Amino acid sequence: MSADSQTRDTLTIAGVEYNSRLIIGTGKYASYEQNAQAAEAAGAEIVTVAIRRVNVMDPTQERLSDHLSPEKFTYLPNTAGCFTAEDALRTLRLAREAGGWKLVKLEVLADQKTLYPDMVETLRAAEVLIKEGFDVMVYCTDDPVYARRLEDAGCCAIMPLGAPIGSGLGIQNPINIRLIVEQAKVPVLVDAGVGTASEAAIAMELGCDGVLMNTAIAEAKDPIRMARAMKHAVIAGREAYLAGRMKKKMYADPSSPLAGLI
Amino acid sequence: MQLILNGSPKETEEGVTLGQFLKELGLPEKGLAVERNLEIVPKSVYDSTQLEAGDRLEVIQFVGGG
Repeated sequence: MSADSQTRDTLTIAGVEYNSRLIIGTGKYASYEQNAQAAEAAGAEIVTVAIRRVNVMDPTQERLSDHLSPEKFTYLPNTAGCFTAEDALRTLRLAREAGGWKLVKLEVLADQKTLYPDMVETLRAAEVLIKEGFDVMVYCTDDPVYARRLEDAGCCAIMPLGAPIGSGLGIQNPINIRLIVEQAKVPVLVDAGVGTASEAAIAMELGCDGVLMNTAIAEAKDPIRMARAMKHAVIAGREAYLAGRMKKKMYADPSSPLAGLI
Repeated sequence: MQLILNGSPKETEEGVTLGQFLKELGLPEKGLAVERNLEIVPKSVYDSTQLEAGDRLEVIQFVGGG
């Protein structure tokens, strides 16, 4: 084993080091308990969370934090459901007050059908948030130009979609993901679109620093098993990327020596 | 007096503070944030913030989401 392959390989986001490169969502699970088991199986250290009104009719209702402790997992508040920069700002300011953390996931959506990010609004919100001292991980299109703009604005992680949120269609434009990875000086994570383990591995083999997913695990027949599969896929993809794949060849190339054939 | 709490009308006593109001609702202070008339109220001033009739309060928490 070379010295390199023994080196610890960690992911640093906004100055904090993580061992896991898999961030998972906390939506769509059958229960918070199942969600917690999936997070455990995925080896996740960061989980995305949404901000919603408290159910004032039933304050005893189960809370996310009863199962996924914010002491154990880094909560990454998102702005899912926000369609303007103002909505996103309002949501994340409330999130900071509720949790006291400044690491956030910004997403400003354009329409219900595609849930595609509105990049004009996203950039506008990112600029304000960064001025207010937030560390902004930003959900974005796979457009390398906008990715660069967001990085220049000071975002601490660029998170292009692989395919629309919840679609499970896999990485639709590997060329663009690769271009974004090549130019970025901050971590790049594929956020949205991964449907199964091989697609998470593809994201990592493209050189991404991590993958963020929710539906692929939550809507699997066995979410806990899929969480474990994703953990291995992300590690496998990362290791393959670092190892450097062989060159593709047009024709066969025997693996056994030709000399000494009987 | 009447307030608007998370979009619905809610009756409470005159002169109540935000801190008292949250206790009456049975809500823990931890993990919540409160917006009063579109302005965030820091936790440190819950007990000195006197609510007024017609106040629009949003009380939020973290829930599961992707």
